[in-house]
Amino acid sequence: MIEIKKLNKSYVIGKNSLHVLKGIEVSIKKGELVAIMGSSGSGKSTLLNIIGMLDNYDSGSYHLDNVPIKDLDETKAAKYRNQFLGFIFQSFNLINYKTAIENIALPLYYQGISRDERQKIAFEYLEKVGLGDWSEHLPSELSGGQKQRIAIARALASQPKVLLADEPTGALDSTTSEEVMALIKKINKEGKTILVVTHEHEIANMCNRIITLKDGVIVTDIQTS
Amino acid sequence: MLFNKDSWKEIFDTIKKNKLRTFLSGFTVAIGILIFIILFGLGNGLENSFKTFFTDDKVNTIRLYPSSTTIPYRGYESQRRIKFTNSDLVDFQEKFNSRIEDIVVRNTFYFQMKYKERANNYSIRAVSPGHQEAELTIIMKGRYLNEGDITNRKKHAVIGRLVAEDLFQDEDPIGKYIFGSGHSWKVIGVFQDEGGDREERNLYVPYTSMQKIQKNNDEINQMIVIYDKNMSYNESLILEKDLESYIKEKKFISPDDNRGVYISNTGEEQENSRQFASVLSIIISFIGIGTLVAGIIGISNIMVFVVKERTKEIGIRKAIGATPNSIIAMVLQESIFITMISGYLGLVVALIILNGIGDNLMDKYFISNPYIQTSNAVWATIILIFFGALAGYLPARKAAKIKPIIALRDK
Ligand SMILES: Nc1ncnc2c1ncn2[C@@H]1O[C@H](COP(=O)(O)OP(=O)(O)OP(=O)(O)O)[C@@H](O)[C@H]1O
Ligand SMILES: [Mg+2]
Repeated sequence: MIEIKKLNKSYVIGKNSLHVLKGIEVSIKKGELVAIMGSSGSGKSTLLNIIGMLDNYDSGSYHLDNVPIKDLDETKAAKYRNQFLGFIFQSFNLINYKTAIENIALPLYYQGISRDERQKIAFEYLEKVGLGDWSEHLPSELSGGQKQRIAIARALASQPKVLLADEPTGALDSTTSEEVMALIKKINKEGKTILVVTHEHEIANMCNRIITLKDGVIVTDIQTS
Repeated sequence: MLFNKDSWKEIFDTIKKNKLRTFLSGFTVAIGILIFIILFGLGNGLENSFKTFFTDDKVNTIRLYPSSTTIPYRGYESQRRIKFTNSDLVDFQEKFNSRIEDIVVRNTFYFQMKYKERANNYSIRAVSPGHQEAELTIIMKGRYLNEGDITNRKKHAVIGRLVAEDLFQDEDPIGKYIFGSGHSWKVIGVFQDEGGDREERNLYVPYTSMQKIQKNNDEINQMIVIYDKNMSYNESLILEKDLESYIKEKKFISPDDNRGVYISNTGEEQENSRQFASVLSIIISFIGIGTLVAGIIGISNIMVFVVKERTKEIGIRKAIGATPNSIIAMVLQESIFITMISGYLGLVVALIILNGIGDNLMDKYFISNPYIQTSNAVWATIILIFFGALAGYLPARKAAKIKPIIALRDK
């Protein structure tokens, strides 16, 4: 599903260049649930953003479902993101003036799906994350765990091939974290490929595979089950 | 995308749920248009009053009054009173024949006129028939004085509308006799004058008749030269100079004497008022352009602010699949929609206010019937909407171009 070879990425700040990812080699198959770990600044988010086409890379290659992803223009990147990818962020990134169901329906709007259809699909996913009764609530009226579940529903609604989560439980307490991880695991069981960036070992241990980064290099890549 | 029903629904949704933003940009445009139209309209109203005040006599005339000399000249002492006579009139007319239409006589008197028991004091203008054109007197009833009245020294009178009201009330004045200065005068006409009430309290009688009852003299106190309508202002100044030197020579007045004969050119007044009117309209245009520019700056600032406020939202939308074009379309559609609606509202409200003002500000501020040409109002609205859209487009394009990851980081 994801095929990355000799990937390099540097950030240029003024005259200095910061080499963040140094020759990453990784291959992720369909249906895997992968945790990406590593200390702060090791390049986890950078890698995830490149996989998510939110950012571009300098050299190497990256194929998503056999499609080469390199130097996409914004219009094409937007299409691919919409078709292939679902994002879950640490800070949820819900649109604050839209209700739960409207947030979930938004990716479908960009897929050109009709309003009624959007509403129907969005509601299905709302039920799936267990928030069927909260459809008309604004994000500000929801708890952190609820917001994250709405964000997961939104990521799923467009039926992406890969789900990318950057510290999805980073802003949540441990009980809520476990609930959210349980949901992510359930979605993975249904066949979705998922990448989770995390600091927490408990979270990582719920995954099938743990990749550890250090200074932009993969130091360990362990299959847990 | 732009004409897609669903995308409009999305826009309405956004507008409804972001009331402050909608209000801010809508309010700026509406107020901008409102102030523009009202200021412009008031300016036009000021111009209106100005025109009615200063451009009453549409005929260009030069007035000649004899007075006393102040410098001794050719054996004459100073303080000599200059007189115009009937023969001077004939001379002047012959001399300047080619450049003038007519020279009119106006000798003014003030005495009581009486009809039955009703009496009042009026100014009596003893004139020649050409005076009607010089003063733009409008006959309501009967006729004006004619050459026959002059030659035969008829005791005829053409009376002002208000004189007729005073003395005759509901009676028909024509053919009736009024009494004044020891003589009876037959009313042959009633006139009105756009110069106002004061003008309509005058009476016109033949100057020859007045001369006859004034011990049969031949004096003329004022001559009004009506010159060719096609004459330019500068040509009229030359005519004025020529008249002055001709009269001074004929009457033995020193060329250096500022008195002796007094000459005033109404063309000069008109030239002054014409210049003043054009200055006024330049000022009005400046005020108009100024308000428009202020409105444009206002809406631009708000659009920049709006897009900045939405940067994160734009990042989120892009992460879940919005293309740059759809982002630009979203911002543009929203801003055009809001500015169109509010621009239209501002336009309508402003026009209602202008209409409501009407002549209410006339007494205190000399503003009558403020108005704005529809095309000016519509153009101003279009300009504001256009700049509102442009002001939205530029930051939207910038926001649509940046990588979503950067937009998302923006807190
Ligand atoms: N846009 C950027 N411009 C410059 N430097 C950046 C940028 N984004 C990240 N970096 C730097 O790149 C390095 C890797 O950042 P990254 O966010 O990938 O780390 P991370 O492993 O996700 O850390 P954390 O656990 O703290 O989230 C860091 O040193 C960071 O300062
Ligand atoms: Mg990170």
